[in-house]
Amino acid sequence: MLEMYRNMEGDGVGLWFSSSLCIDVCACAHARVGTQMATGKGYDGAYGNGHTTTVHAFFSLIQRKYTCLCLYKHSPSVEVGSSVGHFHGGSIVSVVNEGIVASFLPVLKGLSFESAMVQDPKRCNSCKDSASSRDSPGWTRSSPFPDEVLDRVLSLMESHKDRSSVSLVCKDWYNAERWSRSHVFIGNCYSVSPEIVARRFPNIRSVTLKGKPRFSDFNLVPQNWGADICAWLAVFAAAYPFLEELRLKRMAVSDESLEFIATSFPCFKSLSLLSCDGFSTDGLKSIASHCKVKLLRYGVRNLTELDLQENVMDDLGGGWLSCFPENFVTLEVLNFASLNTDVSFEALEALVTRCKSLRVLKVNKNITLEQLQRLLVRAPQLVELGTGSFQQDLKPRVYAELENAFNNCKNLHTLSGLWEANFLYLPVLYVASASLTFLNLSYACLRSSELAKLVAHCPSLRRLWLLRDLGFVMAAASLCGFMSETIEDARLQSWDMPQEEDSIIKFRGSNLYFLVQVLDTVEDKGLEAVGSSCPLLEELRVFPADPFDQDIVHGVTESGFVAVSRGCRRLHYVLYFCRQMSNAAVATIVQNCPDFTHFRLCIMNPGQPDYLTNEPMDEAFGAVVKTCTKLQRLAVSGLLTDLTFEYIGKYAKNLETLSVAFAGSSDLGMQCVLGGCTKLRKLEIRDCPFGNAALLSGLEKYESMRSLWMSACNVTMNGCRLLAKEMPRLNVEVMKDDESDDSQADKVYVYRSVAGPRQDAPPFVLTL
Amino acid sequence: MEMKRQNDLNLKATELRLGLPGSDEQPEKRNNKRASSDMDNSSDGEKGDQECAPPTKTQVVGWPPIRSYRRNVIQAKKTEVDAAGMYVKVSMDGAPYLRKVDLKFYKSYPELLTALQNMFKCTIGVYSEREGYNGSEFAPTYEDKDGDWMLVGDVPWEMFSTSCKRLRIMKGSEAKGLGCL
Repeated sequence: MLEMYRNMEGDGVGLWFSSSLCIDVCACAHARVGTQMATGKGYDGAYGNGHTTTVHAFFSLIQRKYTCLCLYKHSPSVEVGSSVGHFHGGSIVSVVNEGIVASFLPVLKGLSFESAMVQDPKRCNSCKDSASSRDSPGWTRSSPFPDEVLDRVLSLMESHKDRSSVSLVCKDWYNAERWSRSHVFIGNCYSVSPEIVARRFPNIRSVTLKGKPRFSDFNLVPQNWGADICAWLAVFAAAYPFLEELRLKRMAVSDESLEFIATSFPCFKSLSLLSCDGFSTDGLKSIASHCKVKLLRYGVRNLTELDLQENVMDDLGGGWLSCFPENFVTLEVLNFASLNTDVSFEALEALVTRCKSLRVLKVNKNITLEQLQRLLVRAPQLVELGTGSFQQDLKPRVYAELENAFNNCKNLHTLSGLWEANFLYLPVLYVASASLTFLNLSYACLRSSELAKLVAHCPSLRRLWLLRDLGFVMAAASLCGFMSETIEDARLQSWDMPQEEDSIIKFRGSNLYFLVQVLDTVEDKGLEAVGSSCPLLEELRVFPADPFDQDIVHGVTESGFVAVSRGCRRLHYVLYFCRQMSNAAVATIVQNCPDFTHFRLCIMNPGQPDYLTNEPMDEAFGAVVKTCTKLQRLAVSGLLTDLTFEYIGKYAKNLETLSVAFAGSSDLGMQCVLGGCTKLRKLEIRDCPFGNAALLSGLEKYESMRSLWMSACNVTMNGCRLLAKEMPRLNVEVMKDDESDDSQADKVYVYRSVAGPRQDAPPFVLTL
Repeated sequence: MEMKRQNDLNLKATELRLGLPGSDEQPEKRNNKRASSDMDNSSDGEKGDQECAPPTKTQVVGWPPIRSYRRNVIQAKKTEVDAAGMYVKVSMDGAPYLRKVDLKFYKSYPELLTALQNMFKCTIGVYSEREGYNGSEFAPTYEDKDGDWMLVGDVPWEMFSTSCKRLRIMKGSEAKGLGCL
């Protein structure tokens, strides 16, 4: 008898196939399944209105009696008391929740399907007995689960975490999983060797590889550190001749490697390079020239995606784009926004015209508005658009054409670029903005009024990236009470000067200069507008326009951020640069938005205290970790004592990534984090007073983490040697600065690896 | 430099700034400006050649944590925007607020100086290569792309107008040192 039960935690259901004991082997797996809805008897074929149900698929091994497929529903709107289905007589029933349509594909071939709805989500009696034996580790060698079932379910699993879980169940399932895996994700290219990957997964079509530690983005890792793709390519060419997709992040990629990719993989479709370095436009020429190749055995290779983001590359000229052959029509994604030199517009226009499936086009800033209009006319089907500079003197007729072109883009979800955006032309976007879910203005200097007007047309916005000019200071009238009238005047005056973004008012009274910088609440008004116009906003990133201007003594108010949190209750991802912050503001923000999963606050002056109370920012991050129980990623800044880390260790139980800079008072801080954050995977620390005791307190922990980075801390070479000695399966690498003393370990990078120490380490990387 | 100290005295010691005690710090390691650009509080010192812009020794490497690509773009933007717009800020010692002038609008130094004199109701005087503006009540100076403060008039107009980022009309007495740079 097949039975479904609701588990004890209340967040999932289980399915019993036959009687046995159920043991949870793996705890956190995701699967997206189903395209059919079942109500009553039989199946309909509908999928809910844009509600995707993420189903935790959870394979458990059982004793003889039951084979258990546990499918957990995980969605914020699942309420306790939602109905569950029950299986009887070998049938399967879907779980239907109010407002969310969930379904299973009829994975169980050959079984008849009946359904019954049970309103009361209690467990059925037969399940209760098994609950008690849940923890006993009985493994059977072979799974009573029919192979076709397993294969079918595996084909629905895309998440590598799920697949990892499946592979841990038993040897048979490990094999079934590895043969069926087509996409492999490698978060640290040195944690495994290409040979090991090729051995385990014979049928890979798509590879995602990440190389250098994240702090290499900020120039903390010297050149030629490694993470070269070429060793991987050599193995892939042999093992995965049908490789279709490569997604690389922080890898070193040479022109030769690009040529190798272009010529070695007959089925190659998709190349994405993010934050990579080492290549030039010559390499792109190879990719373009070989994008469409008629190969006797394999038919025709057709490139569909070329996505270049924020790479450090040599821009030797735009001729590469002209290398796409004229009969090449399959491009779907083209992103060259970050390239600096001109491309041939004729070639680009021709390419866009003939590639009817093009859905993502991000051009660089050399493309003018008029050219953009011509491109849009050719590709109204675009889903993602990166505009060029968006600045030009347009004749009225061209303006009208541009507006029409945008109005015809009915499917635009993502808009970026707007590098020099001339605010006069922003209104052309208004109609198309209605469908926008992601607006990236992080390279656009918009004034608050322009931003406000634009976001007013983006009611569906979920992600917003902004650039803020932080060069202003709020005039605190209370401080200069007797000057309040004049400050009011000054404020009024600043609004009267439309050309001025800022006003520096100097008053000389008695023998004193009063330097009052009046805030043009540019940013705050803009953010307030966001708060009121974009209720669906989930992600906000605010970058600084003046990151290095040290003259700004005081920061801008955080009231804008608070305003967003008030209006956008679904906010769960924030990256926010500011010059100062207060504990109270952060507390308010997380109270308004308790669902943060990613909270990255960067107070740009290292060690900056709460500007209102002059106290450390401990309570701010304490509030974050206490309130935001789902927090996965946290970046802290400002003046912080060990108390912050005590809070983190105590409350941030779901934390996976933590970034720390210029913070903490003693080893205790780091020890609290290592001891308390059970799910920690990545820890990156710079310029903190953590030493060997802290480093070594994590001995047991590092093997369950992807990596640890510590630079400019108090760790010594001896401490690192000890770590390396105790934990042979970790790679403990030290990079030394030339000027420092021999005993200090300036930059320490520790990561788990099944491939042993690096073979390609440059001389400045010492593997201990 | 003597001038720098004089300025320090004027601005720092007698300044009533908004903020809490102890929050007015300019830690050594974060100071990324050259001495000569220290004259004005809100000068931005390091917007030079962004192509090969290694951080100066006193700047904290890799902070704030912004990807190099983005950092370069923003710096280029600032240079570009400043250059393209040609609107530069003009401050005058003792004036209640700043003004902006469009350098593109003027074709030569005399035109610019006349305009400035009208704007601020001051007398700037005549430039001489040897003496600068010595003898006048005010001397016009400007900050160039490298962050250095220069005397207006030394270089050809074209060179000046493309490299000038902001103008400051200094009191003649303070400007004395500039003539001999």
